[in-house]
Amino acid sequence: MAPLLQVRDVAKFYGSRVGCRDVSFDLYPGEVMGIVGESGSGKSTLLGCLAGHLAPDAGAVIFDTAVDGPRDTLKMSEPERRMLGRTDWAFVHQHARDGLRMGVSAGGNVGERLMAVGARHYGDIRRAAVDWLGRVEIAEDRVDDRPTAFSGGMQQRLQIARNLVTGPRLVFMDEPTGGLDVSVQARLLDLLRGLVREMGLSAIIVTHDLAVVRLLADRLMVMKDGHVVETGLTDQVLDDPQHGYTQLLVSSVLQV
Amino acid sequence: MNEYNFAYLDEQTKRMIRRAILKGLAIPGYQVPFASREMPMPYGWGTGGVQVSAATLVPEDRLKVIDQGADDTTNAVSIRKFFERTAGVETTEETGRATLIQTRHRIPEEPLTEDQILVYQVPIPEPLRFLEPRETETRKMHALEEYGLMHVKLYEDISQHGAIATAYAYPVKVEGRYVMDPSPIPKFDNTKLEMAAIQLFGAGREQRIYALPPWCDVVSLDFEDYPFEPSKADHACDLCGAVESYLDEVIVDDAGGRMFVCSDTDYCRGRRAAGHVGAQGVPTEEGAA
Repeated sequence: MAPLLQVRDVAKFYGSRVGCRDVSFDLYPGEVMGIVGESGSGKSTLLGCLAGHLAPDAGAVIFDTAVDGPRDTLKMSEPERRMLGRTDWAFVHQHARDGLRMGVSAGGNVGERLMAVGARHYGDIRRAAVDWLGRVEIAEDRVDDRPTAFSGGMQQRLQIARNLVTGPRLVFMDEPTGGLDVSVQARLLDLLRGLVREMGLSAIIVTHDLAVVRLLADRLMVMKDGHVVETGLTDQVLDDPQHGYTQLLVSSVLQV
Repeated sequence: MNEYNFAYLDEQTKRMIRRAILKGLAIPGYQVPFASREMPMPYGWGTGGVQVSAATLVPEDRLKVIDQGADDTTNAVSIRKFFERTAGVETTEETGRATLIQTRHRIPEEPLTEDQILVYQVPIPEPLRFLEPRETETRKMHALEEYGLMHVKLYEDISQHGAIATAYAYPVKVEGRYVMDPSPIPKFDNTKLEMAAIQLFGAGREQRIYALPPWCDVVSLDFEDYPFEPSKADHACDLCGAVESYLDEVIVDDAGGRMFVCSDTDYCRGRRAAGHVGAQGVPTEEGAA
């Protein structure tokens, strides 16, 4: 099977400071990859580089596009990359406010991606929006409410619906459960796990919460100071950490 | 004449504006930035339209200025006087006799000809502005033809009001490429945007000029199941009896009394002069209105 995403020696510098460097990995269809590490370890920088939000200083990000086969997204023209960003890719922000249009109703938020790829039938758009709100457990009668009237957990679920409505193949998630209380986190994780399995999505999840990757990720990458210090199957890395930093990370989790 | 240069602006400025106009005509619907000047009137009073008119006027022109269809409101009167004083051109209230028409928020009812130029005053030239506040982002969206957001606005209209409730400044797509704000004309006028006259749009505060060449392809955005509908008050003009013109609703007393009259005053006067009388109208002498 061909990898969906091949990352080769990606590096990003902020002046003389290292954002991330020498990052290489393959992501296969249906696979969920977790990236963990402390604040400032370069996780979000890496995700930004992969998703095309930041321009890496070196490396290649080769995505297996639906139309043209494997292509280096960094060498694509901006229109192509932005098109990819609203069709095959999805990006779930840590703060739902960054990923939603707060002045537009929930239905409009979900419908935007459909309209951006050419849907012009109101009834169809609305049906898809209601269907997707249902899938993320938002009641149909909230379809015309604005996200400002939603709780934090609902906003996050709305953001997920908005991203998945066009049937992407690769989802980037930046701390999807950050800022939510634990019971809401649990439900969201449950939902995400269901959707990822059901749609056969590949995903890259950046988080500092080891519980999130334990539940969602097949594979794990541990970052420290812009480098990848350890990779492996999630359970393997978490249960038998080899690198000193990973051992510290695993042992830092509070046991209740 | 007087101490002003012809049509107030200096020749270098007019040249700069004409360049922007030519570029706008070459790329229909594209907003051309230009170095808008301070004009002796406040922003929002038509500083963009006035600059475009000043750059387009020649001494032989006959100028008509309309504000919401009317020739006799403050904005129209003051701009007409401005050009009478600074350009010394002849002015008229008759649509058919004018060679250059500066307008605010209306297109005259009488079809324009290829000898005429219609100049619009534009408050906000960017159709995507209220959806996307960042100028860098909207420029990119125009450049990459990413117009899905425009339909989000129409979607919101339908979901909240059951129909596309946008009644003025209704977005259009020009020549299959640029989405354009036709300035706050009622959507009733959108169908007239494909016309024989050159149409120029000037936004002074926002420093943008855009244009539609004659018979340019202009399509109002809509949904397949909610098609575009030009709308007007379902009534006839109470003064001249016209049923096909755009109407203003006028409250006439404190008891809820109202009348509908043509918003295009010249059109209404012309019809009354030709003997048409509406439900509340009285036959008038030519020019008595």
